[in-house]
Amino acid sequence: MTDLQEVSVDELKHLVSERAVKGETMLLNMGPQHPSTHGVLRLLLELDGEIVVNCIPDVGYLHTGVEKNMEAKTYQKAEVMSDRLDYMNPPGNNLAYSMAVEKLVGLDVPPRAQAIRVILAELTRFQSHLVWLGTAALDLAAMSVFLYCFREREYILDIMEMCSGQRMMTTYIRPGGVWRDVPVEFEAAVRQILKTFPRRVDEYEALLTRNPLWLDRTLGIGKLSAEDALNLGVTGPLLRASGVKWDLRKDQPYSGYEQYDFVVPTHPEGDVYARYLVRMEEMRQSLRIVEQALNRMPYGPVRSNNYKFVPPPRSEIGVSMEALIHHFKLWTEGFEAPKGAIYSAVESPRGELGVYLESDGSAKPYRVHWRTPSYDNLQSMPLMCKGVLVADLIAIIGSVDIVLGDIDR
Amino acid sequence: MGVEQKLGNMGVVTTTLEEVINWSRTNAMWPMLFGLACCAIEMMSAQASHYDMSRFGMELMRASPRQSDLMIVAGRVSRKMAPVLRRLYDQMPEPKWVISMGDCASCGGVFNNYAVVQGVDEVVPVDVYVAGCPPRPEALIHGIVTLYEKVRSEKIANGK
Amino acid sequence: MEEKLASIVQSLEKDYGTQASEQHGEVSLVVPSEKIVAACQQVRELGFELLSTMTAVDYWPQEDPRFHVLYQFTSLSLHLNLRLRVMVPGVNPRLPTITSIYRNANWRERELWDMFGIKFTGHPDLRRILMPVDWEGHPLRKDYPLGYEEPQFTFNFDQINLRKPYAKE
Repeated sequence: MTDLQEVSVDELKHLVSERAVKGETMLLNMGPQHPSTHGVLRLLLELDGEIVVNCIPDVGYLHTGVEKNMEAKTYQKAEVMSDRLDYMNPPGNNLAYSMAVEKLVGLDVPPRAQAIRVILAELTRFQSHLVWLGTAALDLAAMSVFLYCFREREYILDIMEMCSGQRMMTTYIRPGGVWRDVPVEFEAAVRQILKTFPRRVDEYEALLTRNPLWLDRTLGIGKLSAEDALNLGVTGPLLRASGVKWDLRKDQPYSGYEQYDFVVPTHPEGDVYARYLVRMEEMRQSLRIVEQALNRMPYGPVRSNNYKFVPPPRSEIGVSMEALIHHFKLWTEGFEAPKGAIYSAVESPRGELGVYLESDGSAKPYRVHWRTPSYDNLQSMPLMCKGVLVADLIAIIGSVDIVLGDIDR
Repeated sequence: MGVEQKLGNMGVVTTTLEEVINWSRTNAMWPMLFGLACCAIEMMSAQASHYDMSRFGMELMRASPRQSDLMIVAGRVSRKMAPVLRRLYDQMPEPKWVISMGDCASCGGVFNNYAVVQGVDEVVPVDVYVAGCPPRPEALIHGIVTLYEKVRSEKIANGK
Repeated sequence: MEEKLASIVQSLEKDYGTQASEQHGEVSLVVPSEKIVAACQQVRELGFELLSTMTAVDYWPQEDPRFHVLYQFTSLSLHLNLRLRVMVPGVNPRLPTITSIYRNANWRERELWDMFGIKFTGHPDLRRILMPVDWEGHPLRKDYPLGYEEPQFTFNFDQINLRKPYAKE
């Protein structure tokens, strides 16, 4: 197991140009461990001096076997694994999975739970874009942006911890609603965020948007045209920065997004700077959505009361026999979903996050497939990297915003 | 009267060689960037300004194994990544230590299947295990301080 | 089913002779495996620009057909979703590639080869993507074991500990 695999040039001959086989260009391995590969991504570069002739991504270094492992667990227990796929967006993964189970089984979600889900999903989008900005800026040597972004992120993680007890892998959004109602301090904390964060986003823009160094490094680099992007299955900010206006929150709305008023930013150029502008604007729009959701949050239950699929509240277990029996059956055997197959998608910070769930009538899912956005977004890398310098390659990797947990599942 | 009292105000301190070596090893231990998955984000949070790790001597993280002393394996190690991990460990110069951060690195974590190495101690020898999924930055710092105590108590009698 | 989708489904049914099924508001069409390339070409012309995902399900121990390969399409202009199902037998499973129609099928088909063992004829670069290059077996098949390690409790801790391959220095 600890022997390295030897891959010779013969096996890759069809991917690199003939100049590599003759020895004119150099094959360089930008290995799984590298400060700027944003996870364990391996890139095989064919270099002609400093210019990249070909770029072949090699993934699989974080393959976790989640799809097979979920087939061995009940629907509730499998949700724990879903957090850890796209680890920058755990509530989003939970939301995708919960929506898929609800669609398969036919559960209703009360409106208060939908509002809480929207608030958490948008705060997570903000937090994910903060990490993207911090690491992308760090790669291009703007280290103070990294420290500022992580400072802001701590406030959002405090809110996650307040709701669910865990900073990152919350498993708070569950089929049927959310786990429990938000605590009393939630509203004050979110209002504090809404008051201070717009000015912080202005600070980042002041540091970067008109900065001549940033413009030099990002303007005109890594262009991706709209038809290439669609052909390659690219979704999310990458697609919107190429000019295509497609956002699942507006075009196939879920979880109450149709009630909120927000703008989907697009930019026609398709280069790294356009992606930066799109994501910065998305951060502002996320705050706008959170404000609307918080103002309109209705009172009511936070979980469906269909106790065949959703555990009853702990307070009822002491007084009601049916609640006890439902609780026992759900935690030992799990609920049995009807036979069928569905596909349900949400908009994660990286693109379309979809779950294909197939059930054969038993308590464990028969097949769970995760359509993760970074898998298709990374396929656009070889196209974007033809003829760029190695330093520009780093900027392009940063702008695609891949998360290897998404790709390798 | 000891030497220290006579020469103390000239800025001279006496101690043992062991203590000096161990003190210098702990005060500027540079970790290698080995963030694999979710724990890497908490490691980055621990390095950022809120839970600053440079208070503990880890001012910067070196990406090159030749220039680092400590490898914090943060995240799940898949079967494809295990030989790479071993090779990087072999490339680090002595003295070196390994902290296994998080549940996946310590014991396989949530994932008990064909693709994840059940505990990174099947690949490299580990000094400190930090539990959590992911561990809070404070837990990681506690793990680092535990490692420092371990290093402080190391003897040079066996020639290291 | 919406009218736009209904007309699209009717034209596909006419050309490829299959019955569409609708469940939970989603439409799924079964297409015979030799006609899948033509079907995908027509689906693309009908306005489905995005191949959202391509996946497979294994129905072992049922040998014929053992695999169902699924193609999920999204139309940005019409705001519609469509799913095509292809039955693939268990013995020597192969399908023609659709990389020339949708470029992101490249890695999706590599993943199906890696995880299920379904060969795609005409694929430019069919090699393993998620597992190591020298791995044997196709992990997502139902007859492939999960490969889990036995949980260690106090009564079997020492036995398991002796068998665990700890690293030497």
